[in-house]
Order: sequence, then structure tokens, then C-alpha cells
Amino acid sequence: MSTQEIRFSGFGGQGIIRCALIMGKALALYDDKFATMTQAFGPEARGSACAAQLVVSDERVLYPYITQPGVLLALSQEAYDKYYGELPKGGTLIVEHDLVKLRSEHPDLRLLRVPATRYAEELGNRLFTNLVALGFFTAVTDVVSAEAMKKALPGLVPDRFLKINIKAFDKGYEHGIQMMSQNGEAAS
Amino acid sequence: MKTVPADPKGVDSGPHFMDGDHAIAEGALAAGCRFFAGYPITPSTEAAERFAERAPEVGALFIQMEDELASIAALIGGAWGGQKCMTVTCGPGFSLMTENLGLACMTETPMVIANVQRGGPSTGLPTLTAQQDMMQARYGPHGDNMIIALCPDSPQECFDLTIEAFNLSEFYRVPVIILTDETVGHMHEKVVIPPADQIKVVPRNNYSGPKEDCRPYKFDSQGGHPMVRAGDGYSFHVTGLTHNERGYPVMTADQNKIVVTHLMEKINGNADKIIRLDEDQIDGADVVVVSYGITSRIAVKAIQDARKEGIKVGSLRMITIWPFCEKRIREISAKVKAIVVPEINYGQMVLEVERNAGGRCKVISVNHCGGAVHDPQVILDAIRKAIQ
Repeated sequence: MSTQEIRFSGFGGQGIIRCALIMGKALALYDDKFATMTQAFGPEARGSACAAQLVVSDERVLYPYITQPGVLLALSQEAYDKYYGELPKGGTLIVEHDLVKLRSEHPDLRLLRVPATRYAEELGNRLFTNLVALGFFTAVTDVVSAEAMKKALPGLVPDRFLKINIKAFDKGYEHGIQMMSQNGEAAS
Repeated sequence: MKTVPADPKGVDSGPHFMDGDHAIAEGALAAGCRFFAGYPITPSTEAAERFAERAPEVGALFIQMEDELASIAALIGGAWGGQKCMTVTCGPGFSLMTENLGLACMTETPMVIANVQRGGPSTGLPTLTAQQDMMQARYGPHGDNMIIALCPDSPQECFDLTIEAFNLSEFYRVPVIILTDETVGHMHEKVVIPPADQIKVVPRNNYSGPKEDCRPYKFDSQGGHPMVRAGDGYSFHVTGLTHNERGYPVMTADQNKIVVTHLMEKINGNADKIIRLDEDQIDGADVVVVSYGITSRIAVKAIQDARKEGIKVGSLRMITIWPFCEKRIREISAKVKAIVVPEINYGQMVLEVERNAGGRCKVISVNHCGGAVHDPQVILDAIRKAIQ
């Protein structure tokens, strides 16, 4: 991997920015990568849509923004509609299973669906949606290690919710691993 | 400059994943800043928030003032009260601070101001990046005066340069401005804060000699002259009027020459000691890209691509933007075909480059207004054009 560009998107309250922060911290501090995270600060960040960008590299990141994302995580319909067109052929599209109605089966993309909100609700609170999604993301891509992700959590989730957040991460991660083996893909 | 290790209380040592704004606040605390007065404004607010959050545990004071005029006025008071002081703002707030920035220059009051630039003029583009306040920082206040300004290109450098800003400010008794931008201010990256004993800090130097010899000023065109702390029992005066070494008004042409020469020359005369540049492959280059702040990072991408095409291109990154690296530009301009100057404004620092290149080489401005960083391709095209 030389450079990977990732877009996290959804609506306000889903923990989208937090997703990018956690993964950025995991990569930069515990996976020995260079990671640069930026987030939407404009009027669009004040409404329902919410997005963050993460550029990951083995070398120093020079251009801090996405030029062409390799992975898109879309946790809302609006986010999916707005961003899926950016993905190149072979790009990875991860969508929220119950919240995103697909416009196509995206034969040119690597499409993965995760019922993050449902799993989070099963864990007691849909606030954990982002951690389920992150766990899934970690399992189905080779961007970041699960160990680094878990190490990154303290300080970025409230101490009293650390355990349950790790549980949510594991739930998503296991789902991802399971899906990979069903699809005949090797887990990373 | 005499330095001491940083006070561990203000140093949050270790690796962090933080944005440039937060790194500025951490740099200030590590440098020993214990007084912050400010007024929140995007995209600098996160720096104020971080300082406010950390202030109680560090034993610092944070005040949200009624506006930016009051904020910088409070810094002047805080500094003469013995504290290292800082504020953060962006264009609209910086404009309001400009009057008292002049007062701080005239009264030789140390302070650090971070201007996290956004698009202007006026309220312009609140959430989008720019480098449009470069000249304002230098020439904003009326009358002749000289400041120091530093341009970080990453959150790590926001931390490092804020400490340097305080050190320069304390030694030269001059406002030091951190001219960063929305992109760097809001960008999260790894920031390593060293242990306190590895951070060198210029401590506040307060006069402690006999009363009759107390002079808050010394017009010798040098830094290192002690402050006098209000409340220490010394009788002195602080005024924006042209003054003598005790601070009392002496409003004559002769005295103005003495004071202004000192204000200018304590910085310009020590420019070689103050200026920090980051140079790469300038020897033998046909083209040199002169850049600063976020634009310099993006320029590196264009430079790498140009080198792949066989173009001999060097890079000069101005970490210190004021005082301007006049001598180095003169030297380079005599050896290269062209200098390329990318910046996110209508063409500001390029004027300094042109002035110092003095027609010895081509100077190509690659500028655009606020709102976005450069497309590296645009800089690459300018480099290609430069060798034609």
C-alpha cells in the first residue's frame, strides 16, 4: 500500500467523525502509518449529512484531502447517494444494511453491507453503530489492524462505555470475518 | 537565548492524534503560557477550547473576552503582569486586534497570536482555508513596526512552532504571529509531545535590580532586555507614545528615530538568527519553489512529480515568513532560471520574492483566492513552464 483514501459518511449523531478519528489514531499511533484526517466543517456539517476523510500512507501525506477514495463507508442514504459515484472500479463500498437502499448492485465495486444499527441496538444503544461499522470495516479491508483500533479507543470513547464499545467493535469485526469466509475471501 | 526545561505541568508528553489548533494550545501550555484571552472564531476556536479545557489542571487562566479588541488588550496587561500570554483568531478577529497589535509592538510586549487563516476579506469564508493575511500580519498596524511570523505546515509543527514563537517573543519582546490556516488547524495528524525536560523554553526575564536603575526599555537594536513586572515595586510607564527608556513620553523626531530604529532593527538586524528555512535540492536547481504553510506540503507533491520528469527543481519552505528571507532569495535568484511561488491568496508573498529577486530570474506566481488548497497539477504545470 502506498496511499489509501477513505471517506466516512453518514448523518450527524452516527459518530462519523469519531470513526475517522479512531481509525486515524489507530493507524498513526499504533500501526506505524502516516494518517491525515480532515472533516467537513462547512454548512453541510451542520445539517444532516456528515463526512470525514482519511488519507493513509507509508510515507508522509502531502495532499491532505481525498482525490479518489479507495473505500467509502456510507451509513445513510444521503451519504451513499452523494458519494458512491466517487469510487473507482474495484473500490470498496461499505453501506449500512438497513438504512441504505442501493441504486444498483454495483457489479464494478466490492460491495459490503453491515447491519450496524441493528447490531448496536441489540447491544443496547444505537450510539454504538459507528463501532460496529468500524469493526466490520477493519475485518473486510487491509487498511488497519484490529489491535491498533482497540488501542485507539481509550480517550475517544467515554471510559465507562469502553467495554461495550469494544464489544460493538468485535460484533462488527466477527460479522465481517464471517462474510469474508462466505464470500471465499481471505480475512486480513 | 537562555533557556530552561519546560514546566512539566503544562506538557502532555506522548504521541497524540490531534489537530493543528489543539497542537497550538498544547504548544502554548508547554512553552509556559498561563494566560489566554480570546474570542471564539472559526477556524481557530478549537485552540481556545483546548486551552480552556486544560487550563484548570495546568493552573492557567482562560478568559473569554467580549471581543477581539479586548482580548489583545488583556494580553498586554497580562504580559506586564508577568505572564506569558496568547490568543487565537482568524482574519476578522485579527483585523480587530490590529490596533493593539501596534501598541504591543510599540510597548515591546511579548505575546503570541495564532491566526488560523480563512478566506476573506471581511467574514469571507468562515470554514474554508486561505493564506490571505500574510501582508496584514506584517503591515497591519500603522507606523513602522516589525513582528515575527511563523508558518507551520502540520499539527506537529503547530506544536513545535508555538513553543518557538513564545521563545522568540520573550527574547525579542515582540508579538509573534503563528500564521497557519484552516487546513492545518483542522487537520488531525500524529503529534509527538516530548518529555518536559527535552523542551527548551525561554523563561520570562523580569528586572530585579535597584529601583533607580530600572529601565523597561533599552533601545540598542537587540533582544534580551528584561521586562519590568507590574506590582514589583518599580516605577515605570507603558505607553504607545514615543517614549524614553523609562517609558515616559518624549515626543520628538529624534526620539522617534531612536525607538523606531530599535523596533525594526532588533528583528531585521537579527534576521539571520531568527529565520528558519527548510531547503531541499536547491544547489544545481533550475527552478526553486518558494512556499509556506499548507501550500508547501502540496508543492512537495508537484516537486516530486517534476523531478520524475527530469526537471531540476528545488524547494525553499519558509518556516519563518517575517522577517522575510531576503538574503536567501537574492542568492537563489542569481543561480536559477525561475522561482515559482504558490500561495492561497491573490499574490502576496510573491511580491517579496519579486522584490528580492530583483529581475535576476523569472518569478512565477501560482496563486488563487481563498477556499481550497492547490491542485498539485497546477504547481507542476508552473514548474514545467518555468524551464521553458
